Amino acid sequence: MDLLEPRSLDDALGMLRQHAPLMPLAGCTDVFVALQFGTETARRFLNIWGLDELRGIDVRDGVLRMGALATYTELGRSPLVWEHLPMLVAASREVGGMQIQNRGTLGGNIANGSPAGDSLPVLAAADAVVVLRSLDGERRVPFTEFYTGYRATVIRPDELIVAVEVPPVEGAQWFRKVGTRAAQAISKVVMAGVRAPRPRIALGSVAATVVRLPQTENALAAGSTLEEAQRVLRQEIHPIDDVRSTAAYRLRVAANLLGQFWAETG
Amino acid sequence: MRFTLNGAPAEVEAPPMKRLLDVLREECALTGSKEGCGEGECGACTVLVDGMPVVSCLVPFAQVRDAEVVTIEGLGGTHPLQKAFAELGGAQCGICTPGMIMAAVALGPDPGFEEIRRGLAGNLCRCTGYEAIYRAVQGASA
Repeated sequence: MDLLEPRSLDDALGMLRQHAPLMPLAGCTDVFVALQFGTETARRFLNIWGLDELRGIDVRDGVLRMGALATYTELGRSPLVWEHLPMLVAASREVGGMQIQNRGTLGGNIANGSPAGDSLPVLAAADAVVVLRSLDGERRVPFTEFYTGYRATVIRPDELIVAVEVPPVEGAQWFRKVGTRAAQAISKVVMAGVRAPRPRIALGSVAATVVRLPQTENALAAGSTLEEAQRVLRQEIHPIDDVRSTAAYRLRVAANLLGQFWAETG
Repeated sequence: MRFTLNGAPAEVEAPPMKRLLDVLREECALTGSKEGCGEGECGACTVLVDGMPVVSCLVPFAQVRDAEVVTIEGLGGTHPLQKAFAELGGAQCGICTPGMIMAAVALGPDPGFEEIRRGLAGNLCRCTGYEAIYRAVQGASA
């Protein structure tokens, strides 16, 4: 296995341009698990963990910008994230255990693209924007257009995720992950919601990618009762049976989570 | 590659993608850190890197360049947590114990009960039922 060691972001982008495909390595909490299982196909890696240009959390013109290497620990402690995106604080504090929160990164959760990724419903519900950079410059992709299929993204082999930007979120934010236990468990269903005149609802672990629920959102925005909206939700998602849960359980829990979201933010 | 290991400068040659856990056990002969699951679920291989607990099975050696690594051996056998685990039944079979103690070290002095539960949530134990471990962590601050 080869590991390339860039000294700067530009250095890293140059290596990606010259030597792609390279698997970027940040906190390694997904890649090293795949290596251990023998399911990781990449053999050449790019160590971006030391690139300070990808760290930092700030707010500019009301937009919360989180560096791709922001760890869950950093996100969970950031006063700016507490103020602007409290549902991400909630999500960050339920990832793995302390050891994983110290190493797992926001950019890594996005790039890994698991349908169960804990931070992903939050980013979907927040209308976040993923900032990608290559030697040609930056482009901004709405998070809701970032995935093209199961673990497939619009990211090109010479691009890195450098940051995530979140415009101001109006309305009460809500997050809940349902799994076998609070820590160290992959979700069976995970929901993030924003209670605004047009509510925003995103679910993980019910489809090949994280999903927004536009029909359910429309129903609620149009003044449907909760029961009607829950019926719409049950038609809108098509979860599967897998090792962690069943489709029937996920449908029921997703509808219940909508009810809890509505009750707790009303 | 240079880093600080248990307070002393270390220079170790090992492949950059080798797991920190294996470097510690094989190159450095520090076998206190245990491999439980090898996938970041059990916490038995927990060490401190720059003061923060991490699972050393998911850290490539290259990423501790110039960092400070502390393993269970770095506590010297006389740390209050080590004594409390031994005296209060916090250790039974012992496999999870080094990782439990390293995670507990990161909590600092006199952590609250919820803080302990949360701080140790990434460490699995199949013997104690956890209550004796919580007692030991609390006892170490008593």
